[in-house]
Amino acid sequence: MSLVARLEVTRGAFELQLDLAVRPGRTLAFLGPNGAGKSTALGALAGEIDSRGSIELNSRRLDEVPIEARRIGYLFQDYLLFPHLTVLENVAFGPRSVGVRAAAARREAGQWLERFAISELAARRPGQLSGGQAQQVALARALAASPELLLLDEPLAALDVEVRAEVRAELAHHLSDWGGLAIVVTHSFDDVAGLAADVVVVEQGRATQSGTVRDLVRQPATPYISRLVAAYGED
Amino acid sequence: MPASGRRRRGSLTPVLWVPAGLALALLGLPLLAVVMRAPWGQLPELLAQPSVSAALRLSLITAVESTIISMVLGIPLALVLARSERWPALARRLLRALVTVPLVLPPVVGGVALLLLLGRHGLLGQFLPFQIPFSTAAVVIAQTFVAMPFLVLAVEGAIRASDRRFEVAAATLGASRLTIFYRITLPLIAPGVSAGALLCFCRALGEFGATITFAGSFPGVTQTLPIATYLQLQSTNPESAYALSLVLMAVSVIVLASLRDRWVPGVTA
Amino acid sequence: MRRALAAAAVVGMLLAGCSAQSPAPASTVGAPADTLRGTVTVAAAASLTETFTAIAAAFSRDHPNVRVVFNFGGSSGLAAQIVQGAPVDVFAAASSGTMKTVSDASRTDGNPTDFVTNTLEIAVPPTNPGAVTGLTDFARPQLAIALCAAAVPCGTAAARVFAAAGVVPSVDSYEQDVKGVLTKVELGEIDAGLVYKTDVIAAGSRVKGIEFPEASTAVGSYPIALLRASANKDAARAFIDFVLSPRGFKILTDAGFGAP
Repeated sequence: MSLVARLEVTRGAFELQLDLAVRPGRTLAFLGPNGAGKSTALGALAGEIDSRGSIELNSRRLDEVPIEARRIGYLFQDYLLFPHLTVLENVAFGPRSVGVRAAAARREAGQWLERFAISELAARRPGQLSGGQAQQVALARALAASPELLLLDEPLAALDVEVRAEVRAELAHHLSDWGGLAIVVTHSFDDVAGLAADVVVVEQGRATQSGTVRDLVRQPATPYISRLVAAYGED
Repeated sequence: MPASGRRRRGSLTPVLWVPAGLALALLGLPLLAVVMRAPWGQLPELLAQPSVSAALRLSLITAVESTIISMVLGIPLALVLARSERWPALARRLLRALVTVPLVLPPVVGGVALLLLLGRHGLLGQFLPFQIPFSTAAVVIAQTFVAMPFLVLAVEGAIRASDRRFEVAAATLGASRLTIFYRITLPLIAPGVSAGALLCFCRALGEFGATITFAGSFPGVTQTLPIATYLQLQSTNPESAYALSLVLMAVSVIVLASLRDRWVPGVTA
Repeated sequence: MRRALAAAAVVGMLLAGCSAQSPAPASTVGAPADTLRGTVTVAAAASLTETFTAIAAAFSRDHPNVRVVFNFGGSSGLAAQIVQGAPVDVFAAASSGTMKTVSDASRTDGNPTDFVTNTLEIAVPPTNPGAVTGLTDFARPQLAIALCAAAVPCGTAAARVFAAAGVVPSVDSYEQDVKGVLTKVELGEIDAGLVYKTDVIAAGSRVKGIEFPEASTAVGSYPIALLRASANKDAARAFIDFVLSPRGFKILTDAGFGAP
């Protein structure tokens, strides 16, 4: 299970150029300021944004297939739970889409809710969930589609500050349970430290440093990274 | 901030009540006048005429049929329109104008245009092995021509207002484009579709000019309720025209009141 | 025969014109100065649009200070407007029935006068694809046939000629007015329809007219009347007189109208 990619995206004056190599079973974080191109990189991986270069996931060329065939789970910043479907139907959507029959898909979705200990939410609509609950449902929905790569775009940004630490711990727990390849986009060093093993720092469309969290703390390569590291632990 | 902001927006300044009241009077009082003028005593007898029930039945059936056709053809068209951002600006504008033209065209001209296309000597009609004018099919075609733009524009507005990223989310979960269309796109725009379908139905129900020009007027085949009403109005005894108008008004009020309330909140809730 | 009738009518009309003019103020007699001025509003049947516009132009040459304003439309709609109090000086209707609704409501000043008649004619596309020669062809089911609906005057007239001919027409469409029938003939959508003679003449080469003997059983009269609410009765009366005069009558007969 590994990802090797070269992403090249041009959008007006903005240019993103990023080489990636994610090792099996690891979670990688894209860290960087707003507008650095992190979310663009995720979009390019998912197929939402056109990119030159190449994407190879487990020896499969992804850049040649459309979004629905890439088997990439995507946890959106605002989760994008389908508002007209219940929690259970949201989670069952992935299995249903690849041809699993309705009853079997619902059973499968029910198991995911059980694993996440949120079975009591099954009949609710997305509008009736708290931010943390919605995030868990969105994660369950993404994982239920059995992705080979999971993309998480600022997964904690939509939450109130007070609950972030708790939800982050929960998320880390689910990610390690799942054990697949994941990329988290964030501008918070807390998220990086709490969720990821490896980091790529993206600034103005380029990788300015990559390594483990510890590498960054020890030897920050740019002023931006030093500021982040210095602020880490203060809150 | 959102709560107080909403409250301020919700309460209306009294100044607006005056034009709003005038608008309501303009729309409502003429209808009231028809209701007052209607021959209530003879109503059962007038409405029991076989020609009236035939016209009512024909109108309901054809209006439902043209609404269904408008939905089947119009929703995809609305989707094309809403997603035409990448087209050249001129092509996009032409397409939009084309869809809007039947709204502003005098319906009689629309009827003539349909004759020029589908009539016996029409552009396409001359090649057809069967004759369309003077048939119930012609009524449905005329109504669809006039009423479909209402649906298309309503649905297009709904599509533009809806968040396309839901479709991206569905695609990442492995859904094909067709699955996305009918399990995500369509349910999300359902309020717009139902509103558009109702407008479309009511417009089709009231259609007169294009229908009589293209389809003609024959009792039970092409003589819809508005045509029957108009013809009665021309006669020396307009009483039955008022009675027929009452029926049209009652049908549209019932449809609008019942369907709209049942469809829209169920989706938005 | 037809011409003789028309001539007799013209003579009658001249006499009527004279008698109508006699109660005019004595001061105008022998005095060339035209005392008529102001506006005359005329509500007239749509089928009179071309002829009345021409008549008004001629009338204005005689009376340069009078402005004639028209409201052309379906007779019954105009009648309804007048009964509801529309400010109109003169009403010219396409049928006695509609004029009657106005006179029954006491809106007319004096009795309406029939000034022309209109007779039905068969209208077919220029090539006459149905090989129509008379009313009996209207019974052939394979032909596409359109008539006016029974509710409008031309429909009533059509019913009368078919009754007289003993023919049951095989109708595809009952149109809301003559123009509806005419449009479908012009577009070749129907093989035959019944319209007025004036419509056939106005349509020129776009349709072909076929006269038929039974038409005489349903000759429609066009009555004209001064309205009680008129604020300019002298000028309004002068306009009516002009319509009834030989000059007005010629404009009308040139368009296909017949003598009353």
